[in-house]
Amino acid sequence: MSDLRNAGHLFRLAAVFAAMFIVFLLVRALLVPKGFGRYGHYRAEALAEIAAKPINYAGHQACENCHSDVVEVKSQGKHKGVKCESCHGPLARHVDDPASVQPAKLEATSLCPRCHTANAAKPKKFPQVAPEDHSGGVPCDTCHKPHTPAIETAEAKP
Amino acid sequence: MTMTRRHFIVLTAAAAAAWDHILAGTPETASNYNASEHWYGMLMNIEECIGCGSCVRGCQQENGVPDGYFRTWVERYQVGDWTVENPTVDSPDGGKNGFPELKHADGKSFFVPKLCNHCADSPCTQVCPVGATFHSPDGVVLVDPKYCLGCRYCVQACPYGCRFLNPKTETAEKCSLCYHRITKGLTTACCEVCPTGARQLVDFKNANDPIHAFLKTHAVQVLKPYMATKAKVYYYGLDGSVR
Repeated sequence: MSDLRNAGHLFRLAAVFAAMFIVFLLVRALLVPKGFGRYGHYRAEALAEIAAKPINYAGHQACENCHSDVVEVKSQGKHKGVKCESCHGPLARHVDDPASVQPAKLEATSLCPRCHTANAAKPKKFPQVAPEDHSGGVPCDTCHKPHTPAIETAEAKP
Repeated sequence: MTMTRRHFIVLTAAAAAAWDHILAGTPETASNYNASEHWYGMLMNIEECIGCGSCVRGCQQENGVPDGYFRTWVERYQVGDWTVENPTVDSPDGGKNGFPELKHADGKSFFVPKLCNHCADSPCTQVCPVGATFHSPDGVVLVDPKYCLGCRYCVQACPYGCRFLNPKTETAEKCSLCYHRITKGLTTACCEVCPTGARQLVDFKNANDPIHAFLKTHAVQVLKPYMATKAKVYYYGLDGSVR
């Protein structure tokens, strides 16, 4: 026992280490954000925060709920695979409030060439024209209906 | 009872543990979306891409991407008969406004849409010093803008050049695979507006996803397979010259 009589300084040192460890735990609890490490080395709340961002494109399912007439017309034509917002733009606000938020009127002269301007890099099977030579500035929708673009002439019909 | 030093130390440690628990808070109530039931990727069909730039514009409108920066973009490759190893690549403004016709068309040319490959073994998440970028349980590589320091390590680490530093927030930014849309059952903005269906969101864990039938009968490849990143954006009809 006499050996331990002079060991008081060891206990004091141990107490200092214990206090430092506690301070470390407290500081760590303060600095590590909530949810960090629940799923991995990141803030678990970030997942919900990113998922909670508002959408701008409503998705064609939302359009089709109301505009079934257009869906019917479009399903007959070559544009059946083109989703509504591809041409009409992002319309989630319109879906939220159809009365007061109206989609902008589209300008065929600038819209159609976005896809159909001829380019050597485009797939050969894709219908493409040089807009100036093709129509000479006449708006595309003079002849082509945008939802069913093929021109139905007497000769073209079988 | 008098408080001895021993009691004090024991009690303080217990209090610290309890406080840690209080700070952690209650776990959020789960919505009906279960991340572990999904594993997302994308399928690109090169033979369908017309280089219209709808995806680039759609992404910018959906995610508020600043002008001159791109979460997705379209490249035009021009490969001559003798330049398979050294193709000419251009992407004016990310292909946002289409591509002007080339003056000297030599050999073949085609479009390659690009975006974050959402690698299952991504170099960008490995280098993040603070855990601000991570793999979500459904296989999407995301950035936590509240935790990002803006150190740019990830921008350098991405072998596909898919990351940038947002000039306004000064945090790293990249394609989130429209995480705010796909968790609501919608497709990504780029896939929604693609007029030819050249890009399709894929859920590998969904047994009814058409990708499973597609992969049985089609040869696909990923970009830079030698980087061993386990990229999840599959390209169909990709030329060997694409880097």
